[in-house]
Amino acid sequence: MDIDLITNILFATFKTGTPLILIALGEMVCEKSGVLNLGQEGMLLVGAVVGFIAASVTGNYFLATFCAIFAGMGMAFLFGYLSITLASNQVATGLALTIFGGGLSAFLGTNYIGIGLEGIQVWSVPLLSDIPVIGKVLFQHDPLVYLTLALFALVFWVFRSTRLGLKIRAVGENPEAANAIGINVQQIRFMAVLFGGAMTGLAGAYLSLVYTPMWSDGMSAGRGWIALSLVVFASWKAERILLGAYLFGFASILHLVLQGTRFEVPPNIMAMLPYVATIIVLVWLSSDAIKTKMSAPKSIGQPYRPLA
Amino acid sequence: MPAQESTIRLHLSGIRKEYPGCLANDDIELLVNAGETHALLGENGAGKSTLMKIIYGVIKPDAGKIVWQGDAIQMNGPAHARQLGIGMVFQHFSLFETLTVAENIALSLPAEESRNMEALSKRIREISAHYGMALDPDRHVHTLSVGAQQRVEIVRCLLQDIKLLILDEPTSVLTPQEVRELFRTLKKLAAEGCSILFISHKLDEVTELCNAATVLRNGRGTGRCNPQDVSSEDLARMMVGEDTPLNQNYQKAEGGETALSLNNLSFTPEDPFGVTLNNLNLKVKAGEILGIAGVAGNGQDELCALLSGEEITRADSIELLGQNIGAMSPDQRRRLGFAFVPEERLGRGAVPNMSLVENTLLSSSHRDLKANGWINYRKVREFSRDIIEKYNVKCANEYAQAKSLSGGNLQKFIIGREIEQQPKLLVCSHPTWGVDIGAAILIRHALIQLRDEGAAIIVVSEDIDELYQISDRIGAICDGQLSPVKPTHEVGIETLGQWMAGQFGHDSANPSTVESAHA
Amino acid sequence: MLKLEKRQADSRLMSYVSPLIAIVLTLFGGALLFSVLGHDPLHALYTFFIAPLTNTYGWTELGIKVAPLLLCAMGLTLCYRAKIWNIGAEGQFIMGALGGSMAALQFLDAESRWVLVPILLAGTISGLLWAALAAWLKTRFNANEILTTIMLNYIALNALLYAVHGPLRDPAGFNFPESAMFADAALLPLFSDDYRLNISILFALFFTVVIWTVMARSWVGYQIQVLGEDAKAARYAGFNTNRLTWFALLVCGALAGLAGVAEVSGPIGQLIPQVSPGYGYAAIIVVFLGRMQPFGILLASMLLALTFMGGEMVQIEMSLPKSLTGLFQGMLLFFLLAADLLISYRIVFQPRTARA
Repeated sequence: MDIDLITNILFATFKTGTPLILIALGEMVCEKSGVLNLGQEGMLLVGAVVGFIAASVTGNYFLATFCAIFAGMGMAFLFGYLSITLASNQVATGLALTIFGGGLSAFLGTNYIGIGLEGIQVWSVPLLSDIPVIGKVLFQHDPLVYLTLALFALVFWVFRSTRLGLKIRAVGENPEAANAIGINVQQIRFMAVLFGGAMTGLAGAYLSLVYTPMWSDGMSAGRGWIALSLVVFASWKAERILLGAYLFGFASILHLVLQGTRFEVPPNIMAMLPYVATIIVLVWLSSDAIKTKMSAPKSIGQPYRPLA
Repeated sequence: MPAQESTIRLHLSGIRKEYPGCLANDDIELLVNAGETHALLGENGAGKSTLMKIIYGVIKPDAGKIVWQGDAIQMNGPAHARQLGIGMVFQHFSLFETLTVAENIALSLPAEESRNMEALSKRIREISAHYGMALDPDRHVHTLSVGAQQRVEIVRCLLQDIKLLILDEPTSVLTPQEVRELFRTLKKLAAEGCSILFISHKLDEVTELCNAATVLRNGRGTGRCNPQDVSSEDLARMMVGEDTPLNQNYQKAEGGETALSLNNLSFTPEDPFGVTLNNLNLKVKAGEILGIAGVAGNGQDELCALLSGEEITRADSIELLGQNIGAMSPDQRRRLGFAFVPEERLGRGAVPNMSLVENTLLSSSHRDLKANGWINYRKVREFSRDIIEKYNVKCANEYAQAKSLSGGNLQKFIIGREIEQQPKLLVCSHPTWGVDIGAAILIRHALIQLRDEGAAIIVVSEDIDELYQISDRIGAICDGQLSPVKPTHEVGIETLGQWMAGQFGHDSANPSTVESAHA
Repeated sequence: MLKLEKRQADSRLMSYVSPLIAIVLTLFGGALLFSVLGHDPLHALYTFFIAPLTNTYGWTELGIKVAPLLLCAMGLTLCYRAKIWNIGAEGQFIMGALGGSMAALQFLDAESRWVLVPILLAGTISGLLWAALAAWLKTRFNANEILTTIMLNYIALNALLYAVHGPLRDPAGFNFPESAMFADAALLPLFSDDYRLNISILFALFFTVVIWTVMARSWVGYQIQVLGEDAKAARYAGFNTNRLTWFALLVCGALAGLAGVAEVSGPIGQLIPQVSPGYGYAAIIVVFLGRMQPFGILLASMLLALTFMGGEMVQIEMSLPKSLTGLFQGMLLFFLLAADLLISYRIVFQPRTARA
């Protein structure tokens, strides 16, 4: 393997990992507050299609990215209203969000299939991007890659050293107790869900404006679900999400690695890789089931409505 | 600061709170003076907890007036209550196990006071030392004993300028010795002018600690008095009403053949928060009730699960009527004459959303209620009707959802279901926890009767009074180890308290190693 | 002021009324959507929900779509009653179609109807094995079944695509990603030569009755329900959780596999990439909408089958996108979950002046 190939692989790993980081970070915040949002795939698709439409119509990628974020939050609001305000079953509501998002995005995107966009342009960091190999791998990306790293730092900091982080954890561990000491459980949970929606909407924009600047039905290809597994894999720790997402990114571009060799694997078989990898990770987690159980937020998946 | 007897700190009047199907508080009046230690007395379900939560702002009353230090106020939630100087120690602690002591306390303080965590830790150390409650701010709460967790709750209240401290059944989770330490702290607080509202149903504690009392029954106030002037008898009457028998005395029994023996039973749970059981040996005789006392979380859950077959272990470490059952499934054990009433009646002993008929089937699978994999629902229904009638279970009909029953009625149903299997060994965990006095008496009667019919019974409970009342022999469990077991009349409350704290005698662990074993 | 108040016991009445409320709200939502799109809402709703059923042909087409939905939904009912969140009916359906096709392609010259037996068995067993993977991952490794079954769906879809692009592609098919057409003998018998409706609807009705009897009367059915309602109680009672998990998932996989093979050896007659329009996912909605009760599931599968037909109808008649189907299905499930609140809560009117 030559150095160019390695550079390309690392560069592509960064790009494939980015949407997973965004979704998984958002979902982690949600789950820390005790809400399991299985609707990531639906929010992702709606974010992607809305971002794409906005970019096609206005040509303004900045605006389009915001539209995608708001679309994700809109979907998250639906989920939050049902599962938090009305205390519906979180699993069923999340599935509903996925099914609804699939339908809604296909419907909205009907007239946009097959259109190509230029996509958000690379934003090279001056000087640093000229360093050989490292420059290309780390500093010749689009702005969203850098934004993602900044958001990671934000989430990491919130849980490490802020009162807000403490409150989110408290609500996720024991909502009754949190309510009893005067924390507004519903409000914290709703904010966490909206944050998750915004992150996933942003990830959608990344898919349809950067990664593959076009729209096709179901283009998220299960990334929302993979990100959900990633949160478990990371034992609800932001830094491990970062690591896990890049590992997954690497696994899903293995065909690049195989390019240099004589192996010829049909593309549909290659496409199974990320899903197989996810299952392997889930199995591997079971070897340390107790640790997973200990780090999981205690009240996850349980609706809570305070007594009046 | 001396106690100011004359000033009124809190005055509630006309408090009313209604839940669907239950009038929890009805026209209640409560008056607490400054520096007063005021008891709120009542049986389970009398409305004490509801009233406390109203004072602390967790729930809002439907009607009524709250006057705090002379001003009529609307309580807008716990944060508001704390701002006024009201603190509360909950019965089921409102702590977050995965956070540290300091983090737990920080969450209940205003944001500006909790910014500097080091300063906060220092204050926690100072305050806890001042009131004689050792506490390490950096420990994670799940590593603390129950008594220490209660101290976290109390210190949390004391960090503010506290004027009224509410404690909901604080002694129910403590050993008798720990109770005395708690009382010393409370007396010191009261002497400094803090009012204390002490919720309990234990009369001797109230007499020892309190200088005023309000009694509730069925959601209504039945009187205010000074427990120092009134006899325990009269207080009890105010709690339970005229026509309920107060106290039952049961004949103690000797027992016969050994029905169950534990032979060096050891167990390491998968759950990292669980308790490891260490070399338990025990013999239970047919025709006796053996009581096991202990503070929650000392291995009772693990022991019960091992007895019931929910956890399995080496076959010969549990022997029922000469058979090694340690590795058998719950179903197999039931066929041999085992029955079990778990602590959680809703969500283990009964399925909340299922009808009583369906719940009848839960533990009676070995009876003649099904054939070839098909259920005979006619027979199941008859059986459930028998239980409902015989054990006086109040419910709409046998198709009522288990969750629609009151705690007492559901417990009667479960006890009935298990006793009607005619077991040779019945294990009962907290049989009367949280049930009204009528149901408690019926349940104890049923247990005594089963004993007199020759069954062996193990009762695991935190309620020491109850254990003294119904057990023929008594012992205690602490940190996964069993104390000696002796006839009840030979074990004084002092001794039992020592056993509950892990002091079993000369050759056993001393309490300090027990405490550190929790870490 | 309107306020929600917890009921003492769940309202049985509301659990049946709630799907009706959801349907009405979905119709309102649909009407609103159609008007926004600039269509007469009543006409559009008529085209979507009623026009497909105005003749016998429409009803037989409905039957073709009800069969796979019903089969998948009954299997899922078993799982969901046990709170085993199997989302994998879609993948099990696809594997059934794939396995059945592999068998059918061995019998391209068959004349005897008996070849249907190995074909149907191959499909059913393929679905069952695919579900067995999920059961094994859950019972042996305690892997979350929602995530594993979703992943298995994607893998199954890629396996299908691989098959039709590679080993199973019709050599005489001009490079289209499709298998050869099956032999006539390998197709399920029709009720009448005028319509496409085949006997798979009888399989579906038969298994609906079987599954229902198992749930209502059998010991294993009771155990499954206890496990789903309250896992601690199931443990207390001593039920074998792993065995129940295997049972529910295998039955569901077999039924979904049967639905899959019945599709390729039924209305389609060959293996194509779009063998499922999303039956496995729609069946999830059927289960919730049908209250996990047999009659409810039958009605709900008819409604969901209708949404597939309605989508096609508005595409042909009004040139609206076919994807309206997914949108209607999603709305239906959302409104249902919201309306389900009324089962355990009631809405009370509380005057603001209650405080004395």
